Amino acid sequence: MDLKLLDVEPTEAERVVVDLFNGMGRDQLLPALHAVNDRVGWISQGALNHICRVLHVPPAEAYGVASFYSLFSFTERPAKVVHVCVDLACQVNGAKALCDRLTDELGPAGAKSGWLRSPCLGVCEKAPAALAFEAGEVAKEQLLAPTHAGEVIAVAAAGPSHVDGERAEVPQAGAPGLRLLKRVGVVDPESLDDYRATGGYSALRTALLLGPSGVIREISDAKLMGRGGAAFPTGRKWDATARQPVRPHYLVCNADESEPGTFKDRLLMEGDPFAVIESMTIAGFAAGCSRGYLYLRGEYPRALHLLRNAISKARERNFLGENIMGHEGFSFDIEIRRGAGAYICGEETAIFNSIEGFRGEPRSKPPFPVESGLFGKPTVVNNVETLVNVPVILTEGCEAYTRIGTAGSTGPKLFCLSGNVSRPGVYEVPFGTTLGELLDLAGGVPPGRELRAVLLGGAAGGFVRPDELDLPLTLEDARAAGTTLGSGVVLVLDDTADLGSFLLRIAAFFRDESCGQCVPCRIGTVRQEEALHRLVGKRPLSTSAADLQLLREVGQVMRDSSICGLGQTAWNAIESALDRLGYAEEATS
Amino acid sequence: MTIVEIGLPKRLVELTLDGESVRVPEGATILDACTAVGKSIPTLCYGDTLKPANACRVCMVEVEGSRTLVPSCSRKVEPGMVVRTDSERTNHSRKLVLELLGSATDLSTTPHVDEWMSACGADPSRFGPDAETKLQPTTVDNPLYVRDYGKCIMCYKCVDACGDQWQNSFAISVAGRGFDARISTEFATPLPDSACVYCGNCIEVCPTGALSFKREHDKREDGTWDESKQTETTTVCTFCGVGCNLTLHVQDNEIVKVTSPHDSTVTHGNLCIKGRFGWQHVQNR
Repeated sequence: MDLKLLDVEPTEAERVVVDLFNGMGRDQLLPALHAVNDRVGWISQGALNHICRVLHVPPAEAYGVASFYSLFSFTERPAKVVHVCVDLACQVNGAKALCDRLTDELGPAGAKSGWLRSPCLGVCEKAPAALAFEAGEVAKEQLLAPTHAGEVIAVAAAGPSHVDGERAEVPQAGAPGLRLLKRVGVVDPESLDDYRATGGYSALRTALLLGPSGVIREISDAKLMGRGGAAFPTGRKWDATARQPVRPHYLVCNADESEPGTFKDRLLMEGDPFAVIESMTIAGFAAGCSRGYLYLRGEYPRALHLLRNAISKARERNFLGENIMGHEGFSFDIEIRRGAGAYICGEETAIFNSIEGFRGEPRSKPPFPVESGLFGKPTVVNNVETLVNVPVILTEGCEAYTRIGTAGSTGPKLFCLSGNVSRPGVYEVPFGTTLGELLDLAGGVPPGRELRAVLLGGAAGGFVRPDELDLPLTLEDARAAGTTLGSGVVLVLDDTADLGSFLLRIAAFFRDESCGQCVPCRIGTVRQEEALHRLVGKRPLSTSAADLQLLREVGQVMRDSSICGLGQTAWNAIESALDRLGYAEEATS
Repeated sequence: MTIVEIGLPKRLVELTLDGESVRVPEGATILDACTAVGKSIPTLCYGDTLKPANACRVCMVEVEGSRTLVPSCSRKVEPGMVVRTDSERTNHSRKLVLELLGSATDLSTTPHVDEWMSACGADPSRFGPDAETKLQPTTVDNPLYVRDYGKCIMCYKCVDACGDQWQNSFAISVAGRGFDARISTEFATPLPDSACVYCGNCIEVCPTGALSFKREHDKREDGTWDESKQTETTTVCTFCGVGCNLTLHVQDNEIVKVTSPHDSTVTHGNLCIKGRFGWQHVQNR
């Protein structure tokens, strides 16, 4: 293809990092953009032009892709920048006051002042959180959590001091009976020896003995359901992919954890990275995939570092590569792909477009990924938590696994507790534990406060009332109660929380994160936010009842006619606040 | 000799459409089935020469067993499918989609949209005078095209026609995200500096008049564009040996626009800059 390029050249630093992609293709577009951003902190015309030259991508398309991701900037910005989370859990824990202080001291958020407002950073257990970034020969990132204005101001000036973030809080660390979290906070996440000494890679050995169909039978009989939010039977997904005659097959591990209030996958990747790699290898073996992609959200520097380490150590010892563990003919390897600030890329088909170097827009289904997924080939997409259940099933056996939880929801489940709760963090409980028991485990609301509501399942989930705490946390009970467990978010609001601004943040989140492909979501999320502003601010167009009706109608068309789950669920939490928490009456009275 | 592509014989699939049994060839879409029985479904992003973009959501219908409504322009029929095109749910969706579009963009030159709106009772002003819109000044940076993105509904058709589906110029793409998404060249550089080859195939597929030929735009502006006085004559382009069909739109004995029939096996509605714009010499009298 003859490309017409702009008449602008990259700087020497930009040229050097982009030239490393020589001979590669379009699917390296996102990595190349990251390389430039890591080196200089923004994407200049010359840099984008050179990326297009090296990867043979038309400039208009590369511009379309780069402008899709919020972590990239086309306007020059300083090498040092701090992303300050303003999302749900941080909002409940003082993000607004933090941002007000930063506005006073540094100026309004933007490239000049060196700080930016960010959607959920996935560190909700230590809210309010911020992520400091400094471009350079070695880009540095530092998680500040929990943080305060003084620290953000100091780091904005001095830059991040070390590459790693803080270790995650696991209130249950070391407790007996843990399965998914058994190594988290206990075992050195950098050591393959420690991993093996605690049972690591015994499940892969079992899998190789069982053979692909044996593994799929175990997973199907264990009734493992996807933990990313949609709760699709994992065994069926693997089986449907394995049966496709077309080759190659791909595996994608969805680690683009961006649902506000969700941080369980980060915790697993940071605390037990080898388990993620082993689980992916087993999935690849079962579904006949020779290559796996681990799509990690861009804001998880510590997980990136630990997973890279795990992959390279696994390769050294032949747990990845050719003829794995001596099993003739089984070859599998993993490539990490970093997201760049787009919630929508966690949608199972948007993730394909993102990896392939296109805009992260969801595809129309059918065809489904098992038939035509990444690069048009049969593909398994699994969430991190789903995958790490696999070694548990193969080690304990599917019968033992089905005895955990309930008949309809088997196994252990991770819940992310945040907001107004005494001991926030990720908790592992069997399915069927009640919401009240889970809250008790996390110490309930802070002393002297009263529970106002719980947001279950994230921004795409729904609220439940304090009188519904006996709800058993299972897929079937949640469905029967008209709510969802979603990605395992349990965001607690007490009587000090401002429900109106909380709802406005949810609406702003969906407006910001809509990919813009379909009309109901692109325009609907804007109209939803506008109507909610009028409702919360008590400035109705005519009457609040009319605004409420408008909101409901917009919500309905988003749910009915949007292409993907983002638009279809963008109204869920707001609807449940109106009806289940009685906010409709409050707003119209 | 006219070559008619008849393709391989296809099995017929039986489905229920608004309570009536319909048989259509395997591989047909729900929209094809509706067209076959004379049912009119509004469409905007659908193009007869393009792959469905699934973006506008005007053509949504209800399929029994499906959690959400489905786009009729792309969903293929299946045996036993039960489809409703006029249920309360489809009408609500159509009304809201048209209202949302009308509240954000200028649909004044979009064919049929007034009829559709009045048929379902859509009122875009319901969102109030402060509703955010995409209205913006018209872009004229070259002598052949006018781009009025205040009328753009983001149907992706121009991008698809410019890109891998037809022209392979890749001069434009969708940039930005969400409500901020827009059709753009790289860094919004003017069209003459971009990869644009002025084939005009983007204008041919634009459903709203956001893209128009400069000639047509100017005549509309000064009130001299009158389609009732125009004749259409299809002929063969004289510039090269490919033999593209040209349809000359003539008003007052003057060529005012050139298109190509979408069912032409040579062009599929596409032309190059010479066929599309190289006709001034004809009227040098």
